[in-house]
Amino acid sequence: MTEPVLSVENLSVRIAGLHILQGVSFEVAPTGVTVLLGRNGVGKTTTLRAIVGLTPRNGEVRGTVRMGAQSLLARPTHRLVRDGLGYVPEDRCVFAALTVTENLRLAERRGTTPAYDKVYALFPELDRRGRQRAGSLSGGQQQMLAIGRVLLNDNRLLLVDEPTKGLAPKVVTEVAEVLERVAESVPVLLVEQNLAVVRRLAKDAVVLSAGRVAWTGDAQDLLLETALTKSLLGVGSEVPVSARSEPGLRAPQSRTKGGSA
Amino acid sequence: MTEVKSPEVPAPPAAVPDELTPGHARWHGLRPYAPLAALVVAAILPYSTVNLPGIFEGPLNSPGTLQLLAICLVFGGLAAGYDLLFGRTGMLSFGHALYFAAGVYGTDVLVTRAGLPLWQAALLTVTGGTILAALLGAVALRTVGIAFAMVTLAFAQVGAILVARDFGGLTGGEEGLPLDVSGLPAALVGVTNTVNLYWLALAYLALVVLVVHRVSGSPTGRVLAGLRDDERRIGVLGLDPYRFKLVAFTLAGGLATAGGVVYCLIVGGASPHVTSSELTLSLLVMVVLGGPGTRWGPVLGGILYMYLDHRLTAFGTSDAVNNLPAFLSHPLSQPLFVLGTVFILAVYFFPGGLASLRTRLTPLTTALRRR
Amino acid sequence: MSTVILLTLTGLGLAALYFLVASGLSLVFGLADVLNFAHGLFLGVGAYATWWAAGNLPGAGADGLGFVVAVVFGVLAGSAVAVLVELVLIRPLYSRTIEQVLVTVGLSLAGVALLQATWGADARPFPRPGWTRDVTSVLGAQVPNAGLLLIVAAAVVLGALLAFLRFTRYGLIIRAGVENREMVTALGIDVRKAFTLVFAIGGAAAALAGALGSVYFGTVSPGQGGSLLIFAFIVVVIGGMGSVVGSAYAAVAVGLLQQFVNYYGTSGLGDLCVVGLLAVVLLLRPQGLAGKVAHA
Ligand SMILES: Nc1ncnc2c1ncn2[C@@H]1O[C@H](COP(=O)(O)OP(=O)(O)OP(=O)(O)O)[C@@H](O)[C@H]1O
Ligand SMILES: [Mg+2]
Repeated sequence: MTEPVLSVENLSVRIAGLHILQGVSFEVAPTGVTVLLGRNGVGKTTTLRAIVGLTPRNGEVRGTVRMGAQSLLARPTHRLVRDGLGYVPEDRCVFAALTVTENLRLAERRGTTPAYDKVYALFPELDRRGRQRAGSLSGGQQQMLAIGRVLLNDNRLLLVDEPTKGLAPKVVTEVAEVLERVAESVPVLLVEQNLAVVRRLAKDAVVLSAGRVAWTGDAQDLLLETALTKSLLGVGSEVPVSARSEPGLRAPQSRTKGGSA
Repeated sequence: MTEVKSPEVPAPPAAVPDELTPGHARWHGLRPYAPLAALVVAAILPYSTVNLPGIFEGPLNSPGTLQLLAICLVFGGLAAGYDLLFGRTGMLSFGHALYFAAGVYGTDVLVTRAGLPLWQAALLTVTGGTILAALLGAVALRTVGIAFAMVTLAFAQVGAILVARDFGGLTGGEEGLPLDVSGLPAALVGVTNTVNLYWLALAYLALVVLVVHRVSGSPTGRVLAGLRDDERRIGVLGLDPYRFKLVAFTLAGGLATAGGVVYCLIVGGASPHVTSSELTLSLLVMVVLGGPGTRWGPVLGGILYMYLDHRLTAFGTSDAVNNLPAFLSHPLSQPLFVLGTVFILAVYFFPGGLASLRTRLTPLTTALRRR
Repeated sequence: MSTVILLTLTGLGLAALYFLVASGLSLVFGLADVLNFAHGLFLGVGAYATWWAAGNLPGAGADGLGFVVAVVFGVLAGSAVAVLVELVLIRPLYSRTIEQVLVTVGLSLAGVALLQATWGADARPFPRPGWTRDVTSVLGAQVPNAGLLLIVAAAVVLGALLAFLRFTRYGLIIRAGVENREMVTALGIDVRKAFTLVFAIGGAAAALAGALGSVYFGTVSPGQGGSLLIFAFIVVVIGGMGSVVGSAYAAVAVGLLQQFVNYYGTSGLGDLCVVGLLAVVLLLRPQGLAGKVAHA
């Protein structure tokens, strides 16, 4: 059994008095893509942001999050990132007023050589459009930039939040291809709504529901169980949730691989 | 600062919510009447000839002391009104002095220049000030947060400019405009009648406290509190934040104008100081020092601030301070230096202001009582 | 014609003063979300430090190179005070916007009172080189040299600021941080170092405004920063918070409007027009002329 790269234990987040996460626990395997699923507004983004320390000030975070031996929650975001936690936020968040090159240059760090070769090999478009303002890039190009600037540095884990949101099918495939290649060398915790992308990339899955983990296990297994995906994600066949699948919901941790508490 | 146990402020015990001091059923039954008792004490205060050396210069019923107390009471009311915006709705206005100044100058100009009887001047002024607040609020509230603060500051600056530049020779410019007392009711004129002005100020304070209390207890008040805590949630409920904020802004503006009317009578005229942005800033200081969003905190803060502002000037020129080395005595002779510093410390160490002091002391007092 | 030129140049002189104060305010606000009421204090510190240096600092004086030394000293003092304020008072309240504003309010009250306690409430004559009292003939208009000095200084500061924002790594961080501070930290950058830096820059620019403004007015007094600050706030809002270029445009608009209306209308009317302009801009474009974007 290999050690997980990230372990989240009993993570609770309250924002403005609302209990958004209520004791979420899961692990991210040291290789491949772990996908974090759940209906809209269930708290997937909140989870990722809590991990990188970007919970808003009126929010309150409890629990433990560990990357290797290191505890994350008490440390400032920029330190976590420098220690190898790459974060690609929802809605890209590129700096619209800066050029593509400037966006990339921001991610450079003293004492390390930025891997421009790697990034430009993955995204030749970024090289060609270096002087264009990031705000005028297409959605897909902005997503490439958002991923690219994180890949300039070595990472121990990537957190990627809905990279295919609002993209055309062809671009979705491109992004998925890139993530597939990235995941060969770095573990990825991916939030993704597009089940085709999940099917293609994900090894493990964690499903959130009502502020808790409702299901963890092998991603491909999850996708086979239409009743389960329907009830947890609101997608899949129209078959109503059968009584048979209920126990699986009640005992969320029963299918967890490995020995998390 | 602890020496300020001036008799007009026995009210604070009532400010503490019931759950904070358990036990003592007898006291519990009386608690609702404490503000009333405070009011009565404050009302009969002028009949006392007690001398409090060091705290006031003359006996309590001397005109000088009464005038100082009256000013303190007006600012207590003004701060309570401002708290309707800042503490209870979360609006950071930097232009509240404008409505106060409108009250001061409105009354003064209408009485002195237009020769209107006082009651007409006061009525017109308060109406005008309220309308002014509604109009400017309607524009300023299109912005939120810091931009709102800057816009209100800019509007207040217009007031300052209008007064200072003395358009049409109405305001007396830098010199200010002494109130023409010939047409005023005799009971409000002259040193011997200062006590009436004191009562007027007390009535004003009581009115403001009553209005603010009523409003914050009403459904509207709960919406305002909701706006302060999380504006989005109010929007989600289908309520229009803009309207509620405008109501609060207009009401607070009207109350401030009324305060200006009273102040104008107490000091017998208007001076450009009341239009300065410094005055708004000190309102903010009063509220924060007292405890924003609490019933008595802002009142106490306003009273205490004005008292200190006046008394520190005397303190600054006293022998005790003059005998200190220059690097200490010079700053200490500046009331604003002392108050500004106290304010900064309060922001860091007493975020709840004076009102929270009691809560913090509760464990101590209960411990003492148990012995 | 010469009146128009004179008004234009004096208006630009005023604009220069506004810009020097507003550019720092705007960057501090744009990056760190701090509405800095203590900015007027930096201006006062700059003015008094220059004044003090001219009389007391060896090598400094009221004329020639000595004057330059005195101004440099004033600018450094203003910058140092600004950095101190950021590190000691603002930083512990990081991201608690309202408390930060309150602290700067307290500081502005206490700081001005401290200046007053130390050097008295009355205006004092300001040491200035002889040539700043003269006038230069520009296309027939007799323009005070002190005003021209302000314009030149502001233009240099504008150029330097833009070059800094455009070509340096910290400039890049500041531009990015104005747009989205959180994402800057998510790229592994300690954005708070940039906060200190903008305070230093803003403090220096304000101190320069204090020194050169005092040359222009011929006197220095503790409350000088206060009224200037309000117009600087207006400039910041009109120009768009966080935009240096926006501040420059807005400063020119405000300075010229004020000067021309005050001359052709009644004195004081120009000031009112400025507030009117603010109201109009806010109604049409709540985010200001340039929005919340630091332009290079
Ligand atoms: N700053 C905030 N203030 C108040 N509520 C918030 C805040 N941030 C998030 N929430 C609430 O927390 C819940 C979870 O939000 P989150 O963005 O994490 O969901 P999500 O799973 O990422 O949804 P989506 O799939 O739509 O991206 C939502 O109900 C949202 O309204
Ligand atoms: Mg999300």
